[in-house]
Amino acid sequence: MLQIMEGSHAVAEAVRLCRPQVVSAYPITPQTHIVERLAEMVADGDLDGEYICVESEFSALSSCLGASAAGSRVYSATTSQGLAFMAEVVFNVAGMRQPVIMTIANRALGAPLNIWNDQQDSIFLRDSGWMQFYAEDAQEATDLHFIAYKVAEDHNILLPAFVCFDGFILSHTYEPVDIPSQEEIDAYLPAFNPYQRLDAKKPMSFGMYATPEYYEEFRYEINAAMQRAKDVIRKAGAEFSEKFGRDYSGLVEGYRLDDADTAIVAMGSVCGTVKDAVDEMRDAGERVGLLKIRAFRPFPKEDVREALKGVSNVAVLEKNISLGSGMLGAVGLEVKDAVYGSGSSVHSYVGGLGGRDIRKKVVKTLAEWARQGKDDCFFGLREELL
Amino acid sequence: MTENTCEYFESGHRACGGCGPALAGRLITKAAGENTIVVASTGCMEVFSTPYPETVWKTPWIHSLFQNSAAVASGIEASLKRQGREEKVVVIAGDGATFDIGMLCISGMFERGHDVTYICYDNEAYMNTGIQRSGATPYDASTTTSPAGKLSNGNKRPKKDLPAILAAHGSPYVATTSVSTPKDLMDKVQRALNTPGPCYVQVHTPCCTGWGFDGCKTIEIGRMAINSGLWVNFEMVDGEIVKAKKVSRVPVDDYLKSQKRFRHLFRPSPKTEEIGKIQEIANRNAEKYGIDIKPFH
Repeated sequence: MLQIMEGSHAVAEAVRLCRPQVVSAYPITPQTHIVERLAEMVADGDLDGEYICVESEFSALSSCLGASAAGSRVYSATTSQGLAFMAEVVFNVAGMRQPVIMTIANRALGAPLNIWNDQQDSIFLRDSGWMQFYAEDAQEATDLHFIAYKVAEDHNILLPAFVCFDGFILSHTYEPVDIPSQEEIDAYLPAFNPYQRLDAKKPMSFGMYATPEYYEEFRYEINAAMQRAKDVIRKAGAEFSEKFGRDYSGLVEGYRLDDADTAIVAMGSVCGTVKDAVDEMRDAGERVGLLKIRAFRPFPKEDVREALKGVSNVAVLEKNISLGSGMLGAVGLEVKDAVYGSGSSVHSYVGGLGGRDIRKKVVKTLAEWARQGKDDCFFGLREELL
Repeated sequence: MTENTCEYFESGHRACGGCGPALAGRLITKAAGENTIVVASTGCMEVFSTPYPETVWKTPWIHSLFQNSAAVASGIEASLKRQGREEKVVVIAGDGATFDIGMLCISGMFERGHDVTYICYDNEAYMNTGIQRSGATPYDASTTTSPAGKLSNGNKRPKKDLPAILAAHGSPYVATTSVSTPKDLMDKVQRALNTPGPCYVQVHTPCCTGWGFDGCKTIEIGRMAINSGLWVNFEMVDGEIVKAKKVSRVPVDDYLKSQKRFRHLFRPSPKTEEIGKIQEIANRNAEKYGIDIKPFH
């Protein structure tokens, strides 16, 4: 049944349905409403788990690591500065192969201090070994949590995952969301079955140090698990769509891409705006489509190449910038690599940083720029300030 | 103390001959017994005990980072509680991980009241990275980042009083002990484990490499520290000092002379003023903890 609810509360409901045994989090805007709601659920007995009120994001993820290693399904959420503060543990959780799920309410990183949305925070940890999923709306943010746990805990994967949704734009907006029942989720997501755990009956050492003779193989294995995860995500998504009727069987989603000569590539909430703009451009006779990237890690290189086959001009709408790379955002770099040699021309357009609005007319302009071959640049800059 | 002949810290590790922390690791795990999960911080003990794919630990053991053991232990404790399991959780971390970089996580764990015993093996500097000073380094000790020189007598600040800080967090049990008093060490570890809530045990672990003495003298040096009053074995229950090891104190000179880290205080001739300041530290300890059997001269 559809209910009108705030995006953060929808995420909290999804988390509750996943039955985490330990939740550990530190509040930070715009993630706060998620963890407040989870704390209420624990206080009311609606979520049967331990809620650790840690003193920092650093401890939030550290305690999740410990709880996961001891054999519990765990959850945390953060954003921006909090995620940056966790960064060392972020790498460590992946290296220790703990299937921790963490919601990222995407927000800009300082300085200057800014609490509004862009995707720089999760993007900067793209090489950490965490899977990264990006949601277009509250419904997708909700559903991706079920899928994320299922994939992360698969014994052939054992990788942590970020479920990213745009701060404020999704976290603080009310939308109709279909929240599955506990029975439905229990049937989809089995109880946590740790591959290994800290256990006095079967002692093992976790997180040892590795010399040059051994270290590289650990990184190789993480990367191999990332590659395997692509199929596991597809399967978990397909199973989800069978059960719930919402299709997440792809790591990317094409919108009116058939016969398109121009494509916008984007991640997250802006995809909704792009879809509307595409509809209007289509009405005006332009052959434009959208390629939405749902899984940024593992990056679905083959899917992107396939989806953009025959598309001459690609405009990547970036809510991040890889500073010093030549005005390119991280997504554009990946897309360029994916279509290399196929004849598509990829342009990376950086904007919407720190919460600046992206409107339909901007999307139309970017499609036009891509057709004109206008190269990588910012869009929507306030020239008078420069 | 219940007798336990089992070993949970195997031989064959890579510690220096005469390593105080290695001895502490063995005694702590022996006292804690098999039903224990050990959480380690990055440091000497982690490095010499677990070079992949080898391990000396016969109880479950986990290491994550240098500074987050208290937080990792918090999560483990919550997880065990949720699963209805009754293993004990023990952190074993060095002084750098405890006094310095780990303080945030430790403070959080103690304030939240997790049922975890936190044990610091205190070798008074960052030893595995090359003997740099920490908050546990004593006054005037020469380390690679507090070297004695023409204008310096070594470390400029006295040792941080961490037991007092953790007692102030409301810890029900805080104790100090030494590898040179093994029965005391094992008693205190067991007492901490049997006290519900966050407990702290600080173990003095002389480091032959970092302090500069012959590896066969570890126990002797530990005893000299106690007999000088520069190290006190005491217990605090609910913030009150309830017991401290009494000694017939001797001047600090012999303890200082026994280690290269204090050598600069005696060369080319004894710096009596500086040695006097260290003697004052010992005297204040003696007064604070009431350890003198007879008046000290």
